[in-house]
Amino acid sequence: MNVILKGCPVVAGHAAGRVLKSDQSISFWGGVDPHTGCIVDPRHDLFGQSVAGRVLAFPVGKGSSTGSLILLELARVGLAPAAIVTIRCEPILATGPIVIKHFYGRQIPVITLSAEDFDRLETGQPVEVDAESGTVRIEIDKKSLS
Amino acid sequence: MDLTSEEQRTLAGDDGEAARIAMAVLVDLGAVFGADRLIPVAQVHIDATLYMVDAGVAFAERMAATGGRFRVPTSLNPSAVDLLHPEALRPPPDLLENSRRLERAYLSMGAAPTWTCAPYQQGMVPRFGQQIAWAESNAIVFANSVIGARTNRYGDLMDICAAVVGKAPCFGLHLETHRHAELVIDASALPRSVQYDPATYPLLGYIVGELAGDRIPAVLGIPPDVPVRALKSFGAAAASSGAVGLFHMVGVTPEARCLEMCTGGRKMEEIHAVTAKDLAGAAARLSNPDLSRPDLIVVGCPHYAYAEMTTMARLLDGRRVNPGIAFWAFTGRCAYGWMRHSGLLQALTNAGVTVFTDACPLLYPGESWPFTAALSDSAKFVNYCTSQTGLPAAIGSLADCVETAVTGRFRRSAFP
Repeated sequence: MNVILKGCPVVAGHAAGRVLKSDQSISFWGGVDPHTGCIVDPRHDLFGQSVAGRVLAFPVGKGSSTGSLILLELARVGLAPAAIVTIRCEPILATGPIVIKHFYGRQIPVITLSAEDFDRLETGQPVEVDAESGTVRIEIDKKSLS
Repeated sequence: MDLTSEEQRTLAGDDGEAARIAMAVLVDLGAVFGADRLIPVAQVHIDATLYMVDAGVAFAERMAATGGRFRVPTSLNPSAVDLLHPEALRPPPDLLENSRRLERAYLSMGAAPTWTCAPYQQGMVPRFGQQIAWAESNAIVFANSVIGARTNRYGDLMDICAAVVGKAPCFGLHLETHRHAELVIDASALPRSVQYDPATYPLLGYIVGELAGDRIPAVLGIPPDVPVRALKSFGAAAASSGAVGLFHMVGVTPEARCLEMCTGGRKMEEIHAVTAKDLAGAAARLSNPDLSRPDLIVVGCPHYAYAEMTTMARLLDGRRVNPGIAFWAFTGRCAYGWMRHSGLLQALTNAGVTVFTDACPLLYPGESWPFTAALSDSAKFVNYCTSQTGLPAAIGSLADCVETAVTGRFRRSAFP
């Protein structure tokens, strides 16, 4: 059985991966190490975890405007998240995936969910993000097998 | 989005590869946020100037090599090194080389060599109501809030695209109707002495950023004669603890002569009162509790203006910095030039202060220096210090910074 959450597409693309979720906001600059993909802010609840290949879910971006550059570097070295799911998307957060699309020709889909649907995501869930239809599909069966 | 025929030709590649990429990014970003058109911008401030990652050099060099030229006056954020005194921060050779590569790419596209995060005080000042495209979170919030110019919180790379096209997608803070306050923070219960203490403002900004997130706060109870220095440190803090791109201070900032003006007459549902205890709590959250003896003192995050340098010199009052302590002050080229010509630079240097131009204290090469702990008057610096430099850090007033520097003993005033 799958659960489909309907949200709004922000940046186009399709990706699958396991959720890495925080209820805290994330600043890519100062918060994520561009050389390892790991969250380096010791005050963050995802401290030490790698965003690489994950469907990174957090409620809202924050902080310095260098975030988009860090995301571009993560894409360059292959450590970018597979997709980003958020509640509110601000321009700095959207800029990274948009530039990655036009500069490297790669997709990091971004979609926004309602706060209620966002709450249904849990770290470790296998999900598919489809930013054409604006959906996140939670694969319940796979989770129970894993 | 409605594009003019000229814009469509740029998007099709008629103006070269750099302009095509830049236009595609602007159009996509505009589509995400519901912009119906692009608008001309009077200025751009580029944030992607500090060498941090190779992707930044790759992007700037490819834009320059494929015909990218800045179509509007464009200022530059700090470099990772002091470009006028390249050895001063002891950069490893590759950091200096990458910084020079960024310098060549941006100057070849037509940027002004401002190398400052405070362009609003260093010769690139927009006017009230002017449409601009700025990156660098503290500069954005200052331009929007204190000056009343209009920019969204643009990120690295978008800034370069806006400069190449000379336009930005018309949405968000570019529109008057999107500049209204969404919550109220009431500082009127703070004692008057606290309201007039410059050390209050980075802490208050830090709290406001936490409460506001990416929303627009209206702050009540700030004295109308609050100095620019306080507004600058307030905004820098709010834009680092939150994603604040615009704040209103009733009776202080130009779009908030009264509360009704900045709320658009809407009733505010969310009101937070800030007390002196909250300020002390913010200082405690920011500061490393185990820090006992800072050996690096940093001021000028954001870059100090000339007036802030004179305030610091007054507090030093002819005394010398303790030999066991490094006291670093950062500024841009305008203030640096004035300091050189007035003798202030010589006076501070004689007192043992090291003044850097062009550079950013959060990007100094930690491996070249033996520091163990940092003290700063900037909430932004302290907020990012540990993750960027590995040093534990604490916030103090400018007076705390100066006294600690002179005596070698950590002075932390009770906050506040």
